[in-house]
Amino acid sequence: MSKIVKLKKGFDLKLVGKAPLELIQVATATTFAIKPTDFPGIQRPKVLVNEGDTVKAGTPILLDKAMDQVIYASPVSGEVVEIKRGDKRKLLEIKILADSSVSHEKVGALDLGQDRATLAAKLAASGVWPNIIQRPFGIVANPADSPKAIFVSGFDTHPLAAEVPFILQGEGRYFQAGIDALAKLTTGKVHLNVDGTKQVPEVFAGIKNAQVNQFSGPHPAGNVGTQIHHLDPINKGDIAWTVSAYGVSQIGKFVLEGIYDASKVIALTGSEMSQKGYVKTYTGANVSTFLGGIAQPETLRIISGNVLTGEKIEKDGYLGFYHNQVTVIPEGKYEEFLGWLKPSASKLSFHKALGMFSFLKGGEFKVDTNTHGEERPFVVSGVFEKVMPMDILPTYLFKAIVTEDFDEMEELGLYEVIEEDVALCEFVDPSKNELQELVRHGIELLMYN
Amino acid sequence: MKLLQNLFDGIKPNFEKGGKWEKFHTLYEGHRTIAFAPDLITKSKGAQIKDATDLKRVMITVVIAMIPALLFGILNIGHQHFIATGAEGTFLDKAIFGALSVLPILIVSYAVGLATEFTFCVIRNHPISEGYLVTGMLIALVMPPFIPLWQVALATIFAVVIGKEVFGGTGMNILNVAMTARAFLYFAYPAQISGDLVWTYLGDKTAVDGFSGATALAVAYNSSIDGTPVVEALSTHNAALGADYSFMSMFMGWIPGSIGETSTLMALVGAVILVATGVASWKIIVGGFGGAYIMGLVMNALAVNEYMAMPAEYHLVMGGLAFGVVFMATDPVSAAQTELGKWIYGILIGVFTVIIRVTNPAYPEGIMLAVLFMNVVAPLIDHYVVKANKTRRLQRATV
Repeated sequence: MSKIVKLKKGFDLKLVGKAPLELIQVATATTFAIKPTDFPGIQRPKVLVNEGDTVKAGTPILLDKAMDQVIYASPVSGEVVEIKRGDKRKLLEIKILADSSVSHEKVGALDLGQDRATLAAKLAASGVWPNIIQRPFGIVANPADSPKAIFVSGFDTHPLAAEVPFILQGEGRYFQAGIDALAKLTTGKVHLNVDGTKQVPEVFAGIKNAQVNQFSGPHPAGNVGTQIHHLDPINKGDIAWTVSAYGVSQIGKFVLEGIYDASKVIALTGSEMSQKGYVKTYTGANVSTFLGGIAQPETLRIISGNVLTGEKIEKDGYLGFYHNQVTVIPEGKYEEFLGWLKPSASKLSFHKALGMFSFLKGGEFKVDTNTHGEERPFVVSGVFEKVMPMDILPTYLFKAIVTEDFDEMEELGLYEVIEEDVALCEFVDPSKNELQELVRHGIELLMYN
Repeated sequence: MKLLQNLFDGIKPNFEKGGKWEKFHTLYEGHRTIAFAPDLITKSKGAQIKDATDLKRVMITVVIAMIPALLFGILNIGHQHFIATGAEGTFLDKAIFGALSVLPILIVSYAVGLATEFTFCVIRNHPISEGYLVTGMLIALVMPPFIPLWQVALATIFAVVIGKEVFGGTGMNILNVAMTARAFLYFAYPAQISGDLVWTYLGDKTAVDGFSGATALAVAYNSSIDGTPVVEALSTHNAALGADYSFMSMFMGWIPGSIGETSTLMALVGAVILVATGVASWKIIVGGFGGAYIMGLVMNALAVNEYMAMPAEYHLVMGGLAFGVVFMATDPVSAAQTELGKWIYGILIGVFTVIIRVTNPAYPEGIMLAVLFMNVVAPLIDHYVVKANKTRRLQRATV
C-alpha cells in the first residue's frame, strides 16, 4: 500500500543561486579524495594503500577496523599522491591523482539469486556499501544486520539542492537493479518516496519491488528521516537503512556491470558561484576547477553540500562522499550597525519579529554566513516545533542531550533523528545554538555507552 | 559608524585576556553587540547560514508591544490626579504630570536591574543577555504610580537575584521576574502597594469631597459585602466627579491602578503586536481570557453574593488581568513550553485569577498570584504533555 503524506510544518529556504537544469562544461578535476571524516560511524580507520600506489576505480583504500568487511574504494583510477593526517595522526584525506581515463576493478555482474549473506558480503567488498546508512545513528550500515525496511528519498528539499530526476537521467535501469538488490537485503519493504507535488519522474516510473509513497510539503519533506517517521518509525531496538537515490543507482550499476562507478552529476549553486549548472564528475572531486571564474574565492564560503547540512571546505577542498552539490555564498564577517534592530525585507528569516519583513517579500534571498547574533540559552519556545514535522518535542530532546540524560534521550526520540533532521531547528533558532553538533553528541553518547 | 567602531576597537585591548579590565570583558562585548550586530560567522560543520532574527530582536519586539500601555499609563496617572483633586487639567498637563511620576520609576528599574545583571555577568563571566530589556519595562508597568523609588530598587534587586540569577540567568528562571518583583513588594511593603490610597497622587492637595481612590476590584469586593449589585456600584463610583467605573471606562483604562495595567485596550494592542510577530503564544492569551470568562460564568451560576453575580465580561476589563495575560503569562521561559501545555496554562491562569478575586478577601487582584502559581505548575503540565509523547512512542514500539 503506497502512502500519501501531506506535511505542513517546515520551511523552504528560497535562495539566490539555483543551478539551471543543464550540464555545463568545466575543466575536469584531476585529484579526488576519500575523507574518513565524511562517515560519522568510522571508529578506527585503516588505510590500505601507500603513497605512490596505483589504484583502479573500486580498489579498496580504506576500511574501519571495527567493521572490516566494508571497504571504502577509490572513486577513480590513478596514483595515491597523499595521505593527509592532522593532529594526533588523525586520518583526514587520501588523495588520488586520476588517470586521464578511468579504469575499473571488474568483478562481474552480481547474481541476485544468491543468499542474503553472500550478496551483502559482495556489496560490502565492492565500494558501493557506504551508500547504505543505518538508522538510528546515521552511520554506515553493518552488512550483518537485517533491517526492518529500507528507505529511499526520491527528492531533495534542501536549499538549492540538485534535482534528483535530473542527476539520475537515463539511469532507470540501474536504479531498478539497485532497488532489486536492496529488496533482497531487508526483511521488510523498500520504500521509495517521491515528491507528491510533481509527476513521477521517468527514472522512477514503473518501479518494481518497492512501495512508492508520495510526500508533499515544505522542507524537510524530502528528508528521509521525516519520511521514515510517517511510514514506519524507528523504535528502540529497530534497525532501518536509508540510501540516497544516487546510491541506489550506483549499487544497481555494480549489480548489472560489476564495477564501482563513482561518476556522479553534481550541482554548482549559490549566489557567488560563477558558473551555475550541473557537471559530471566523480565522488570526492577536488572542487577548485568548478570555482573557475570566481575572483576571490578566499572571501567566500565554499560549501560541500547545501547551506543547512553541508561543510565548509577550502577552495582546493574535496567534495564530501554523500554530497552532490557545491554551494558558494559570501562570508558574513562584518559588523552591522544596529543590525539587530534595523527593519529589513531582504534578510531571510523564518520569524516575523519586529522589522523582519522577509515573509512579505516573495522571491529568492541572498544569504551569507553571519550568525546574526550571539549564542544564548533557550528562551523562545514553540519555534522548533514549527519546523519539525514529526511527533517529536525538539526542545525537550535537545535539553535531554545537554543534560546527558540517557533515558530521556531514548524516550524523546533520539533514535529517529540525525543531524539533517534538526538542521532547520538550528537555522531558525534565535538563540543560535549548534543543534546539529548537539544531536551528534547525543547519538555518540547512546552509541558508545 | 566607522568612528564608533574605531572607538570600540581602541578600547578593546583593555578587555582582552591580560588587559587591565579583562574581568569586564563581557560588558564590553555586551555593549559592542548592541551598537553593532557581531561579526560572528557559522562554524565549518552544521548550518552554514542562520536566521536573521536573534534574541535581541525578539525582546525588543516585546518592549515595543508594551509602549502603548506605557504611554497610556503616563496619561492616565495625570488624568486620575486631576479627577481626585478636582482641578482642571489639559492633555499636556496630565501627560507631564504622569511622565514625572512614571519616568523615575522606569529609570530606577532599568538602572538598578541592569547594574545587578551586569554584576552577575562579570562574576559569572557569562554574556549579557537581553532578558532584562523586557523585565525592566514590565517591573515599571506593574508598580503603583507613587511607589517610593527605593522600594522599586529593592524589589528589582530581589527579583533579578532571587528570581533569575540564582537559577542561572536568562532562560533558566522558574518565576516571571517582573511578577516576582511585584510579589516581593506586595508582601514586604503592603502599605505602598495595596489599599485605596496608593493609586492616586494627591500631593499637597486634598481630595475633593466624595472622592474614593478604591480600585474597581475593591469596589466590586465591597459591594458584595454591602449587597449592592456590582455593576451599579461600579458605575456610580465617583460618578459625581465624572469618572465612573463603567465597563467602557475600564476597557479604555481611565481608572486608577498600576502604571501600565489599567487599559485593556492597550494590552490588546500589545497582544496584536505580539501575536502578529509570532513572539508570544496566542494560545496562552486566548486561554487566559477564555479561562477568566468561563470561570466568571461559573461564578454567576453558583452566585451567592453580588461579586459572584457580576457579569463575567467585567472580569476581563477589571484590574490587571489583560496586562498580566498578555505580557506576564506569555513570558516563554516561565510559561508552559509545550503547545498543549500552553492552552492548559493559559486557561488555568484565567480561572485562578477569577477564583482569587472573588473568594479571597486578602488579595483583591488575583492575576499576580495566578501567574506565579502557574509558573510553578507549568513544568508539571509540560511533564505530562512530554510523558504523553513518550508513551505514544512506546506504544508504537509494542504494536
